[in-house]
Amino acid sequence: MLIQTTVFYFFSGILVLSALAMITVRNPVHAALFLILAFFTSGALWLLLEAEFLGIVLVLVYVGAVMVLFLFVVMMLDINIAKMRAGYAKYLPVGLLVGAAMAAEMIIILTKTNFEHAQANAKPADYSNTQELGKLLFTEYVYPFEIAGVILLVAIIAAITLTMRKRAVSKQQKPHEQISVQRKDRVRLADLDRE
Amino acid sequence: MITLTHFLVLGAILFSLSIAGIFLNRKNIILLLMAIELMLLAVNMNFVAFSYYLDDLAGQVFVFFILTVAAAEAAIGLAILVVLYRNRSTINVQDIDNLKG
Repeated sequence: MLIQTTVFYFFSGILVLSALAMITVRNPVHAALFLILAFFTSGALWLLLEAEFLGIVLVLVYVGAVMVLFLFVVMMLDINIAKMRAGYAKYLPVGLLVGAAMAAEMIIILTKTNFEHAQANAKPADYSNTQELGKLLFTEYVYPFEIAGVILLVAIIAAITLTMRKRAVSKQQKPHEQISVQRKDRVRLADLDRE
Repeated sequence: MITLTHFLVLGAILFSLSIAGIFLNRKNIILLLMAIELMLLAVNMNFVAFSYYLDDLAGQVFVFFILTVAAAEAAIGLAILVVLYRNRSTINVQDIDNLKG
């Protein structure tokens, strides 16, 4: 129990600090790196909650794909940081006030609510989180699962079509013109005089 | 002893921090998108905590779907951002006022 408490406070401290650093650092690249740290520590906390599959998926998908995409875009764009930071001091008090007020409200409600009946049961030794999640995904949630696949396909197509640039010099085939060619377009019978 | 309340408070703090982040970085679209990701992380934290303490795997299934949709959202959002930067040479929110909203 003591080990769990220590692990929880260690990782949640890092998580909150990295989230705080993410919203306050000047450089967007540093912000992205702090967000990566936040995802890593959340993955560790999810491992503490026995959600092993999701903890690993968070690191693989978020740190490995989404945050790399973010870093790629941040480094590709030439951003004027100084101009972006204009008015930062003006909005600092109101932002902190709104954030602190929201946090205080939620914490008051959460600490007053009694969650005593919510107690985790010990799992058997051969319990596999991934297996159980997979069983649930492919039986009860199979339609949402397939819709999620379609959403990802739509995202792929949308991202590619949005960012694809047509260059005037690039040469490409036009399949619709190729298959609609008729014989009369290509074949010309010529009468030649015999020698 | 770590209870459900600990994790819910952690989620609440994360969510409030990302709200504050949206206020502070209101000019930079990239940081706004990052704050939204942090918000989704806070929500996912609540889902996983409830799933553990109520002994119900449905919460983890929902986290799985949220991760999927968030990845799609980030990809499309960043693609739009790249196209926007290519056309306008800025990602400052205040310069993007073509629709006069």
